[in-house]
This record gives sequence, C-alpha cells and structure tokens, in this order.
Amino acid sequence: MPLNTGAIGKSFPAFEYEVGKEKIAEYARAVGEENPVYFDRGAAQEAGFRDVVAPPMFAVVYSWGAVALPAVDPEVDLNFAMLVHGGQEFEWGEPACSGDVIGTVASVKEIYEKGGMGFYVFETASTNQDGAEVARGTWTNIVRGVS
Amino acid sequence: MDQHREGRLVNVDLKVTPDRYLPHRYAGASGDFNPIHIDKEFAEQVGLPSTILHGLWSMAQVARACTNAAGGDPRSLKRLSVQFRGMGFPEQEITVTGSVKEERDGVVVVAAEADQAGNKIIKNVEAELSPQ
Repeated sequence: MPLNTGAIGKSFPAFEYEVGKEKIAEYARAVGEENPVYFDRGAAQEAGFRDVVAPPMFAVVYSWGAVALPAVDPEVDLNFAMLVHGGQEFEWGEPACSGDVIGTVASVKEIYEKGGMGFYVFETASTNQDGAEVARGTWTNIVRGVS
Repeated sequence: MDQHREGRLVNVDLKVTPDRYLPHRYAGASGDFNPIHIDKEFAEQVGLPSTILHGLWSMAQVARACTNAAGGDPRSLKRLSVQFRGMGFPEQEITVTGSVKEERDGVVVVAAEADQAGNKIIKNVEAELSPQ
C-alpha cells in the first residue's frame, strides 16, 4: 500500500511554552550538565545571559508539544507501533532563558518511502517573546515495514 | 574551559554511564514517557531485550561533549545533526568521540559518534561550533 503523502506541507497551530528556572535545572541534571549557568542566576547573568539559560538540547522540551501535533494527526497517519526515531537536527539561535515564552510551529516537511520503510520528516520553528528564532528542529521518524 | 586553549577546539571525548533509573528521570525532565524507556515488561512485550535509553538523552550527551570541547558555553553550539542507530541501554558506559572535520569562517565542523559496548548508538554526527 503506497504511503499517504497528502499531509506534506501541512502546518499546525503554535504551541506555547514558558521556560522555568527549576525545569531547566531538572533537565540539566538529567542530562549530566554541570555548568552553573544552567542552575544559578548570578552565574548566568555574569556570563551575559538574561537569566538562567537552558542547555541547547532543552529545545526538545519546549518543542515537544508542537511536534506531537503532526505525530498524532490522522492525515499524517503515523503508525506508532512500528515507529523509530531515525534522526534529529537542531539549529540554534537566541539562547532560551528562564522566563522566556517560546512559541513553536510544527510542519510536515517530507513523507516518502525508501527500502520498505516510511520516512516522516517534521520541522519545528521556535521563536521567543521578542520574535527572535531560538531553534529550528528537523525530526526524522521512520516507520518499519510499510511495504 | 580548561579544555579550551587559545580559541582552538580540542577533540570531543566524553564517557558517561547512565544509571538504572536515569530513563525515569529523563522521562520526567523531558516529558517523554514512552513505556519502552521505563517499563521493562512493556519493553519485553514489544520485543526489546529490556528498557532502552531515550535517543534524545543520548543526543544530549553528544551535545554536551561538543559544547565542552568548545569551552562549555552553550552559545558555542550552533547546529547538531545526528542519526540514531542501535539501541542504548542503562548501566553500560557510553563513549562519545569526535574530531574536527573542517573550519570555515570561525565555525568549526565536528564529526562524532556515540558508542556503547562496541555498538554505535549514534552515527553520522555533524556539529557546528563557534567557540565563544
């Protein structure tokens, strides 16, 4: 059965996430970060940040709610039982700091079949309260056994 | 910081052993509660040998290794692209290694990978670093 590619180009409503100091600390501890700029306001400000800054990969936290929208969209029709996360890319802009309100818009970039597997590539674009781009993500999901 | 000498990037080299409960902490921290990471019975039911690490946690180790090699400032990591391969498991050491591929216009391009017990769990890493 050929893949349904009708959702290519579809974009979803923005998901808003307010960044909190303790959430950054919780995430930073879970990934083994020790730099005080992730935990201590004074250290972060001394290093030139507005407030405690998030590690770059915190992008997965503020964009999670956005990328979930194409993942569960019936038109995209992702088969979760056979799903693996194949690849991930982030490009970072302005750092994300405690107190920021980050809006993320997800869209379906590509759907294609290769070697019996379905590739579903989603994009996310995250912007802060000042309109500055914080991160751009490319999420490659692979569904095994589509043909 | 001490790894960072005269604006040059040192090689990427990080070792980390996720403990048994790490996937639970990462699930809470990230919001990804997929049971294949936290429920051994569920993981076995779907054909996995046991619970597996979150790929994005492993990617965060690659990000940390690259950022540290550039001096530790989070602003130095401009772009990171990875491919997830084999599964990672708790309680086994992971080694992230990488080296400079090229330098252009103040941006250092690094190639790297993450290995666990001879299994490449992350491959084809490309990072763009701009040491601050």
